[in-house]
Amino acid sequence: MTTVSKPARSRLDPEPIPRRDMLGLAALWAAGSALVLAVLGMARLPKAAVVSSPSKRFTVMLPDSLQPGQAFLPSGRSVAVFRDQEGTWAVSTICTHLGCIVRSTPAGFECPCHGSSFAPDGTVVRGPAPRALSWLKVSAAGEKLVIDEGTVVPPGTKVQV
Amino acid sequence: MSGKISSQTGLLEMWDNLRAVPRRIVDSAFRSGKPNTDRTRSTFIFGNLFLHLHSVRVHRWSLRWTTTFGLGIVCGAAFLITLVTGILLMFYYKPYPDVAYESIKDIHFIVPTGRFIRNIHRWAANIMVVAVILHMARTFYTAAYRKPREFNWLIGMGLLVITLALSFTGYLLPWDQLAYWAITIGANIAQSPREVTDALGITERFDPGEWMRLMLLGSDVVGPVALIRFYLMHVMILPLALTALMGVHFWRIRKDGGLTRPVNADQKLSPPGGDTYPVFSEAPARTYQIAAIVKGRTSQVGNGPENTVPSMPHLFYAELGLLMLTAFLCLAFSVVWDAPLKEIANPAVPENPAKAPWYYLGLQEMVSFSAFMGGFGIPAIVLIGLGLIPFVEREESGTGEWFGGPGGWPLARNSALFGLSAAIVVEAVAIRFGWIREWFPDAPQLLITFVNPGTVLTLVYASYSVWLIRRFQSTRAGAVGLFTCFLCGFVVLTIIGAYFRGPNWVFYWSPAEWPGH
Ligand code: HEM
Ligand code: FES
Repeated sequence: MTTVSKPARSRLDPEPIPRRDMLGLAALWAAGSALVLAVLGMARLPKAAVVSSPSKRFTVMLPDSLQPGQAFLPSGRSVAVFRDQEGTWAVSTICTHLGCIVRSTPAGFECPCHGSSFAPDGTVVRGPAPRALSWLKVSAAGEKLVIDEGTVVPPGTKVQV
Repeated sequence: MSGKISSQTGLLEMWDNLRAVPRRIVDSAFRSGKPNTDRTRSTFIFGNLFLHLHSVRVHRWSLRWTTTFGLGIVCGAAFLITLVTGILLMFYYKPYPDVAYESIKDIHFIVPTGRFIRNIHRWAANIMVVAVILHMARTFYTAAYRKPREFNWLIGMGLLVITLALSFTGYLLPWDQLAYWAITIGANIAQSPREVTDALGITERFDPGEWMRLMLLGSDVVGPVALIRFYLMHVMILPLALTALMGVHFWRIRKDGGLTRPVNADQKLSPPGGDTYPVFSEAPARTYQIAAIVKGRTSQVGNGPENTVPSMPHLFYAELGLLMLTAFLCLAFSVVWDAPLKEIANPAVPENPAKAPWYYLGLQEMVSFSAFMGGFGIPAIVLIGLGLIPFVEREESGTGEWFGGPGGWPLARNSALFGLSAAIVVEAVAIRFGWIREWFPDAPQLLITFVNPGTVLTLVYASYSVWLIRRFQSTRAGAVGLFTCFLCGFVVLTIIGAYFRGPNWVFYWSPAEWPGH
């Protein structure tokens, strides 16, 4: 390297460090991208490939005494099952607002958390809920009904059993 | 020395050394002698990793009670107390659904001092939240966020967010009804951007709400995976992050030249007491050595006799006193009030009313009109607004003075009156006459999502602030108005959420009127 003579600089105002050092730059970029890749790789961990969740299908027997418009509430499930002349259907009782469990009332459903209320078919009547309650898939298995909380069907879908 | 004696001197020397061990340990710890003079105390402070976050001398203005009300130190003290009691609780706590509840019950009823330690942990956490909010208000009203402290204001906001997140994650751990339903609601707030993506019909392709909920819970229910996540955040990630940020926060206070003080602080202070030795600096043109690496002038340049006193003992006594005060409050509250524990979590029956910790009840009040705007939109607007304060408000008058700047105290007072009344009026309308869906049952969902009473309040407050900026020709006046209004709105909504909302989130004048009471 040849040294070019430069005007004297003050010790307090040093020369900027040259940024053209090829190998140094390459090393910096390599280390930088390795770190970024490592972080991206690690960021995949918290999102499981298979989300653990309890089984969503279950079977019920409706009691013979169930009146039209009266809700049957299988224990341990957030579902209300109804029956009338046209068939049987199931409505999810998970409030579409923030996930509280709605109560079945003669007028439909009411949420205890922020006062949303829903018509018997699940449509929102009052309160902050953004969507109607979901209707869930019902199918017959012999005497019993199979209800799938994981499958939403269009409102009004009633099943003859 | 001859060989014969030296075998004995060796042993004697060892004996002498052994006897000197305690003294030498002390000597090696206090290398510059015991900290009993101003000089040895100085070397003691900057030779000690923990103490050297303090400067060696502290300006007498910073030690005035009314400068800080000790609030920052109270935040730190409360955190220290939660740290110690939290580690003790970890001896027994088991982060698994149902088992968790049993272990808290054990702590509460069987473990010696368990209930007391748990109470202290709760109370210290509550005190910390109050202190952080008040401390932010004090730095705001003394205009202490101004240059060169903008960055420390941002660090402070990080501390605020982490403090709130610590409380939120801790709330789930007892796995009782309160915990379960508060976190269910919280996780669904994280999912609430869906209200918008649903209304736009793009949820199939782009669903940030569900992604956030999934990251938080690790599952689609509040179950074991969620509990472990909250536990990990609560006992590891967030405390570490808070400690690191607190380190930066304290470090920056020193690097920014100590606490903010008015330009005429020296004239305002009475002369120093006879027992202190003021340091006379010779008004240097620049400080030495350091000038080679640090740009600009350091804070000492051009100052005459310093109005400072040694940090040890003056500042240290103040800090110790605040730690004692905080500990005393925690103990006193813990003797009188037990931390709550409801029935074990029951995913089939929501707690009614399901209330979050008190400092989230303002949010919950807004959320009860629409989840996205109340739980997401408005908090985001508030955080962005807070962060912008020191960068938009660049004035100089009133720095370091309470309610400094144009308008002064009357402006703050009027803003408080305005903020309180606006919040009460908007809430009263919503409670008395209902909101969008009651008026227009067929209103589109986007309208219901975005037009929250909170949105209306935000707009009213923002217009008031713009009006103040024009009236006073000062961004500081606008900032004082806006900050005060939001603080008042927060207070009003929190009080309504805490005291006036009963089962089904219906308005009641008092809990005595709740059905079933
Ligand atoms: C865990 C939370 C926090 C802790 C432990 C903490 C601690 C402290 C302490 C000990 C001080 C010294 C002066 C005093 O006591 O007031 C201070 C100053 C300061 N804090 Fe915090 N703080 C926290 C949160 C915040 C927040 C939320 C903000 C604002 C967004 C903030 C902004 C500031 C600023 C700007 C200063 C400098 C004040 C001045 O120069 O006068 N801090 N903090
Ligand atoms: S969760 Fe049902 S109204 Fe809020």
